[in-house]
Amino acid sequence: MNKFEINNLDLYYGNFHALKNINMHIKPNTVTAFIGPSGCGKSTFLRTLNRMNDLVEGCRITGEVLMDGKNVYHNTDVNLLRKNVGMVFQKPNPFPMSVYNNIAYGPRTHGITKKAQLDEIVEKSLRDAAIWDEVKDRLHKSAMGLSGGQQQRLCIARALAVKPQVLLMDEPTSALDPISTAKVEDLVMELKKDYTIVMVTHNMQQAMRASDETAFFLLGEMIEKAPTGKLFSMPQDKRCEDYITGRFG
Amino acid sequence: MRSNFDKELDILNTHLTDMSAAVENAIEYATQALVFGDMGKAETAVEYDSEVDSMEKDIEKQCVKILLLQQPVAKDLRQVSAALKMITDMERIGDQARDISELLLKAGRNVKINPNGVIAQMATATMKMVHDAAQSFVKQDIQAAHNVIEFDDVIDNLYEQAKAEIVHRIKSEKEDVDFLIDLLSISKYFERIGDHTANIAEWVIFSVTGVHKDENMMYTEKQEFLRNLI
Repeated sequence: MNKFEINNLDLYYGNFHALKNINMHIKPNTVTAFIGPSGCGKSTFLRTLNRMNDLVEGCRITGEVLMDGKNVYHNTDVNLLRKNVGMVFQKPNPFPMSVYNNIAYGPRTHGITKKAQLDEIVEKSLRDAAIWDEVKDRLHKSAMGLSGGQQQRLCIARALAVKPQVLLMDEPTSALDPISTAKVEDLVMELKKDYTIVMVTHNMQQAMRASDETAFFLLGEMIEKAPTGKLFSMPQDKRCEDYITGRFG
Repeated sequence: MRSNFDKELDILNTHLTDMSAAVENAIEYATQALVFGDMGKAETAVEYDSEVDSMEKDIEKQCVKILLLQQPVAKDLRQVSAALKMITDMERIGDQARDISELLLKAGRNVKINPNGVIAQMATATMKMVHDAAQSFVKQDIQAAHNVIEFDDVIDNLYEQAKAEIVHRIKSEKEDVDFLIDLLSISKYFERIGDHTANIAEWVIFSVTGVHKDENMMYTEKQEFLRNLI
């Protein structure tokens, strides 16, 4: 069964038609990358998966987004949806508190208060995000003192702490150096065993390295989606080929 | 967009065309040496092979540089990877033209063959094949590449005829056996040139369509496998 099935999805910001009749299936335990020029709708589409666009004034959505067969826009607890569909942003955004409290924040919000249980969640989340060894001796120091790459992996750990099923990543490495980028990409490959990952990226080499499927967006339409190896070697649509070969525009 | 990259790809194509012309020259001089017994032509064919080897190294470096700096994808990647494979086959063709010439040089100045005989026909046919393969690449013409691949059967048939004729001549014991065995080797070199040229045409098809012959077979086998599962 598909993790997500998106059918006839249209999204409007006021009069602006931002997403046009998107149809897509996303399989569980895969990494799907969205590529396309700035303003093509890929981040907007990513945010429809956990209803982050609800927060945008004048945003109107038609069509359906089914997660595990259930429409997330119909009779859904949005808080529960966002717990199940975590998000990591372009710029690392740790809370101005200790490393420990950054991770424990989500579980506490969902009612977990026992220290032993929180300790366990914090360690497991930091280990899963491949940052435990780097922060285990400074758990109670401010997260703001970590490097950019460490902060981003901390944010991934924070997303994992509430046991999501899906991770949405919006250009997760665009502010990181190549070493931190490689660590996050390795992490993505590791995490897909347990999570479904959907990632927006402007780095096509990253899409090639880290994703199983790639979708190309243009002017609010999804033009082509295919296994990553196929899309980057034999794209079917001329616009997709022009974009990935750098001859677009 | 990417005009520098496009220029580099154009230069790569020009170098490939130059290399294929050098390969054609090597075969032509080897053939003239064989048909007219002109050992000067055989020496020129050997010189052309050195030039072909050097061109192969230059193009290889150029392809690696493009892969490293431009990180091509899709048709650009196919073009560069096909170029890398094609130059290996072209280099082998150059080697075989040199091998033919060296056999002739070793045999001395008395070697001549019937200009209308089967081996001369093979020589002419392989030259045409190499030329057509190069043209199919320049024009990115899949049909022309398919024709080159099919033409390899003509070379194979001529080789079988040449082999039968040489065996017959050996059995008749009227000619120098060493020379006839050299002729048999030369025929085999021409037959191998046909095979390498067919490989080049297969890479032309890959460069245009993204499907290589072996991949196609794998796909068919995969379809067969899937059908059997249902």
